[in-house]
Amino acid sequence: MSKKLLLEKAHVEGIRFFDVYRREGGYQSVDKALKSMTPDEVLEEVKKSGLRGRGGAGFPTGMKWSFLAKPEGVPRYLVVNADESEPGTFKDRYLMEFLPHVLIEGIITSCYCMGANASYIYIRGEYAWIPDILEHAIEEARAAGYLGKNILGSGFNCEIYVQRGGGAYICGEETALLESLEGKRGNPRIKPPFPAVKGLWGCPTVVNNVETIAAVVPIINNGGDAYASIGIGRSTGTKLISACGNINKPGVYEIDMTISVEEFIYSDEYCGGIANGKRLKACIPGGSSVPILPANLLLNTPTGEKRLMTYESLSEGGFAKGSMLGSGGFIVLDEDQSVVQHTYTLARFYRHESCGQCSPCREGTGWMEKILLKILKGKGTIQDIDLLWDIQRKIEGNTICPLGDAAAWPVAAAIRHFRDEFEWYILNPEESQTRNYGLAHYADPLEVVA
Amino acid sequence: MSDTPLFKVTIDNITIDVPAGTTVLEAARKIGGEVAPPAMCFYSKLEGSGGKCRTCLVEVSKGSEKDPRPMPKLVASCRTTVMDGMEVKNITSDRVRDARAGVVEFLLINHPLDCPICDQAGECHLQDLGYEHGAQGTRYEFQRRTFKKHDLGPYIQLHMTRCILCYRCVFTADQVSEKRVHGILDRGDHAEIATYIEKSLDNDFIGNVIDVCPVGALTDKTFRFKNRVWFTKPVFAHRNCDKCCGEATLWMRGDEVFRVTARKDEWGEIMDSEKTGKTGWICNDCRFDKKEAGDWTIEGLADISRHSVIGQGKYPGLTMPKETISKVMDGRNPRLLMDIHEVSEVNRPEIELSEIQGPATSAVFKTKK
Repeated sequence: MSKKLLLEKAHVEGIRFFDVYRREGGYQSVDKALKSMTPDEVLEEVKKSGLRGRGGAGFPTGMKWSFLAKPEGVPRYLVVNADESEPGTFKDRYLMEFLPHVLIEGIITSCYCMGANASYIYIRGEYAWIPDILEHAIEEARAAGYLGKNILGSGFNCEIYVQRGGGAYICGEETALLESLEGKRGNPRIKPPFPAVKGLWGCPTVVNNVETIAAVVPIINNGGDAYASIGIGRSTGTKLISACGNINKPGVYEIDMTISVEEFIYSDEYCGGIANGKRLKACIPGGSSVPILPANLLLNTPTGEKRLMTYESLSEGGFAKGSMLGSGGFIVLDEDQSVVQHTYTLARFYRHESCGQCSPCREGTGWMEKILLKILKGKGTIQDIDLLWDIQRKIEGNTICPLGDAAAWPVAAAIRHFRDEFEWYILNPEESQTRNYGLAHYADPLEVVA
Repeated sequence: MSDTPLFKVTIDNITIDVPAGTTVLEAARKIGGEVAPPAMCFYSKLEGSGGKCRTCLVEVSKGSEKDPRPMPKLVASCRTTVMDGMEVKNITSDRVRDARAGVVEFLLINHPLDCPICDQAGECHLQDLGYEHGAQGTRYEFQRRTFKKHDLGPYIQLHMTRCILCYRCVFTADQVSEKRVHGILDRGDHAEIATYIEKSLDNDFIGNVIDVCPVGALTDKTFRFKNRVWFTKPVFAHRNCDKCCGEATLWMRGDEVFRVTARKDEWGEIMDSEKTGKTGWICNDCRFDKKEAGDWTIEGLADISRHSVIGQGKYPGLTMPKETISKVMDGRNPRLLMDIHEVSEVNRPEIELSEIQGPATSAVFKTKK
């Protein structure tokens, strides 16, 4: 049984409400930070904990906070990114729905650390019922004196506002989120300047994922060193994984980053194996935008070791033979799934969600979708695969924001690892239209070709 | 200006000193020629423009003197400021050329390629870009994107199919005119320039969106199908206007003024006015209504140094060939083998091109027969 920090109390009845949460030991981190620590000490603990951004990129949180510009007379903001739109990721929803006070507690402490007096939770429009939960929790916290002016007599003021998004994937990108929060069209800004210097309304801003801010609570409660002692290497602490796809027990799991991918998929504590006794074909370990991995490369690293659920281990081997932990959207595909169909679905998603600001992403995503549809319908040619490869290569890295990369990587990885399945669709156009699955010979772990 | 430090920047092995805060693109433009990256969306007179089209991507092979690490990705030169000792590769980098060819291809896959009936042809930045950096053919085999037609009023014609979404017209309407009524609707590849809902663009300075448009998406309705730009002769002229600087370029054929635009420099951007020293935006009165040569005081032929078809015969340093055609062809004089009107389905004088809405296709000519 691995250690749980965030979801330990998730099943206590009424934990959503302040009095139960408080009785179970909630808001201790706020008490501790505001009464006995200076903002710099809080920052030092966060740095010591080695906490990395849980939104996908895995940037060290303490370092991000220390980059925050602190000019005199200019307000600073903390923006919590709850625009969880990555297909396959639903951990933040779970956290906000069942443990809203963990997030609020984390926000108060983080704001205290940064010297921000206002914080915004930008929540995606599709989570229609969650703003009500959060606002109720904020009211409870305010009534208990944890929000508002002069919190706990420390002279520190803090307000939290909940803002609903319109339901656009691109608004999960931090600068597009800020634009949307300002009431503008959600187009990503061109960096630099970075939000830490010029963010919301031109003021220094830190944008963090919900889970990152929530993780501040156990860090302050137990100390940064205790947090850093969990996990391996630079992957410290626990991570929420949203497991979905063809597994027996889909859901949100909190793991400490020491277990192997094999254990995560097959052990009864977590996913409980592949559903219906099928075999594992492939998996996207970190949300739809990270490269897909075939079973043989998923369970073992290119060097033959067991692949662990950590930032480093999952990205071992680079993009040629590895992937990324990303936001923790763990999508499992069994032997009946077609990678071509799957890649087309993703391409359609990215085409629909591209903001249309810069040309490679706007035009390239649509082009890739059309070619993939053509292949899927059995009308493709072998040259189309090379064309797809060339298109993704010209999108990747040439766009303003990472959406271009996110659209290019899944296509690239699918071609890299499952090229023969694409070719099967092209060479067997009739059979591919009557079967709703592709080739299954990836199901068994294969020998790794070094 | 004297207190801003000078930074030494090397672009394609040519070193130049520029003041701190200059962008890589502007530094490259100071060097000029092939070194200057093409820019479809950046417009130095418009605040906030640039970074979107990705044609100006360059490789930074050395960040600065202090931090010599190269930048991992190609950067948009229009939005990257120079550092002291920076080394930039533009056309000397294979990566840049490859990426740029990719961007040109992306810009063209949904472009209707209707240059023969486009008023912008001849002064179109996309034509230049495609000629310099594009491929010969297309690999795109799907139906091109089309849009519902929007009417933007009596002066401005919108061809959304030609638009490359550079946002220049949006910035212009924001910064030059008082109340913007058009913008980008929708997102992704179905994003379009439109007004919400069906308003006409009505502002004294809104005509400037035609000048900033790098392609033929926004064209002058009073000039529509009247002439090709390379048949008209650009002359500088001015008039006393109480709304704007009154300095314009007239596009004339004989005594007839076909079109009035603002004065543009060699990068296709509107020049600063001699009178006010500010950007020489012109008002709608000057642009659309003053179409008589008598309305203007003509100064003389405009300088055209852009590498466009209207620059024909005006390339700097170009001389007339000494040989005659017959001499080159060993005494044979070329002659027309046929009369084009006898064999062509399309080129028929009885069809009035200006009456056709949108792109003219062979179907139009067949039905009108």
